Amino acid sequence: MNLFDVVGPIMIGPSSSHTAGAVQLGRISRALLGEPPVFAVVRFYGSFARTGKGHGTDKAFVGGLLGMGMDDERLRNSLILAREAGLEVTFDPDREERPNRHPNSVTAVLTGASGRKVTVSGASIGGGSVIISRVDEYDVSFTGEYCVFIVLHRDTPGMVSRVTGELAKSGVNIAQMKVYRSDRGGHAIMLIETDQPVDPETARSVAGLHDVFGTMSADRV
Amino acid sequence: MKPIGTIRELLEIAGETGEKCSSLFLAREAEATGATREEVREKMARTLQVMRQSVEKGLRPGTKSVSGLTGGDAWRVREAGRTGKLLMGGFMNTACARALAVAEQNAAMGRIVAAPTAGSCGILPGVLLTVGEAVGAGEKELVSALLTAAGFGRVIALNASISGAEAGCQAECGSAAAMAAAAAVELAGGTPEMSAEACALALKNFLGLVCDPVAGLVEVPCVKRNAFCAAAAIVAADMALAGVKSVIPPDEVISAMREIGLALPASLRETSEGGLAATPTGKKIAWELFGKE
Repeated sequence: MNLFDVVGPIMIGPSSSHTAGAVQLGRISRALLGEPPVFAVVRFYGSFARTGKGHGTDKAFVGGLLGMGMDDERLRNSLILAREAGLEVTFDPDREERPNRHPNSVTAVLTGASGRKVTVSGASIGGGSVIISRVDEYDVSFTGEYCVFIVLHRDTPGMVSRVTGELAKSGVNIAQMKVYRSDRGGHAIMLIETDQPVDPETARSVAGLHDVFGTMSADRV
Repeated sequence: MKPIGTIRELLEIAGETGEKCSSLFLAREAEATGATREEVREKMARTLQVMRQSVEKGLRPGTKSVSGLTGGDAWRVREAGRTGKLLMGGFMNTACARALAVAEQNAAMGRIVAAPTAGSCGILPGVLLTVGEAVGAGEKELVSALLTAAGFGRVIALNASISGAEAGCQAECGSAAAMAAAAAVELAGGTPEMSAEACALALKNFLGLVCDPVAGLVEVPCVKRNAFCAAAAIVAADMALAGVKSVIPPDEVISAMREIGLALPASLRETSEGGLAATPTGKKIAWELFGKE
């Protein structure tokens, strides 16, 4: 723990968990879509759904979807700014108690102008920190503390070395990584957290590898 | 350098080196993060700047929170203070009005510095900017004071908590008061020992304080509590500067805060199921705002 974890972050109020954390979740979701969203269906759960309005959680999350940071004073007007930017947002809160869900959590389905879609679930875990728990149909776990590079691929031998080989060529250092798969030889997902962002060219090289279906990335928030 | 995980360790190093708390915390931060001391000071100067802006904005009339529950009291207290009708002198009036101002900005989706949290964000700016003016401190001294505040807060976070959900409001506003008191002592020219005593005295005053926000919002009682905590931090700093000591040593007070936090029922740790949130009026407000008790 460092001094700026105690006096900080600089943020838009009123709540680090319900406002700053919601911005971070929106930012990561936008990054994973890989383009500005034009449609968003946002489902808040638990305390996000019950007290989110008074905390500006809706404005904070949408601000994040627009690419704003947690200290951006435009956050309070983000719902209007979203309309101006051509982003249509539907809120679909789930106010029921769900013991298996984190109380401050959200699932968002985003669609970009190109038609690309992504579904992201995550939770705000306090102090503005967040955890992304699901991307599309894959259970994952990352915080946005590092740059994130996600590779969707077929579960075949040698995948990890081919992907990490491309990252090594571009000088990207891997902080940690994990591979998840649906079943042997089936769909799999590589979750790679890196110190440097993966540049678009490297991402394209990885996407072009045999048995790779696609990639997603998000800079640290 | 040696670790600074407790107040005792801090005072040992300060005793050996003769340095101020702020210098020791700065050195540790630079070593731990790989940043230079200048970079750390620059980042803290930016933090100070945001605090100043939040005070300035918050003292303007017309502030209203998103829910409409709070706002306008900082201006009210400041204006009434100017007329000379209030009991607090100008110094205390300014500190309290500033603490309210920042807390109201927070509730109104203004930009603030969490110190240590958003709910307790008014206490450090209220105390340090006002004490700084009183003692003629410059930018450099105020940045040092923030380093001292953050360093004490870090020790509290390591050994107890700075989260209301974990340990109640004593961990948020109580910690902020303790941090502010320790830093105010350094601003006023006190020794590291006096800072440590001020930290203990302030924290003791808030032991047991629960987190029971009405409707789950960082507004009632959070906003006004920032003013009370600012005042208490100044009382603690003054006592310490006068040579008053805490009978219970600072590290033991911090441990007691942790124990008390663990013993608090969940209903009084930011769940809004008890205390003020569960009063008839608290429930009515929640119902009116969110359609659910």
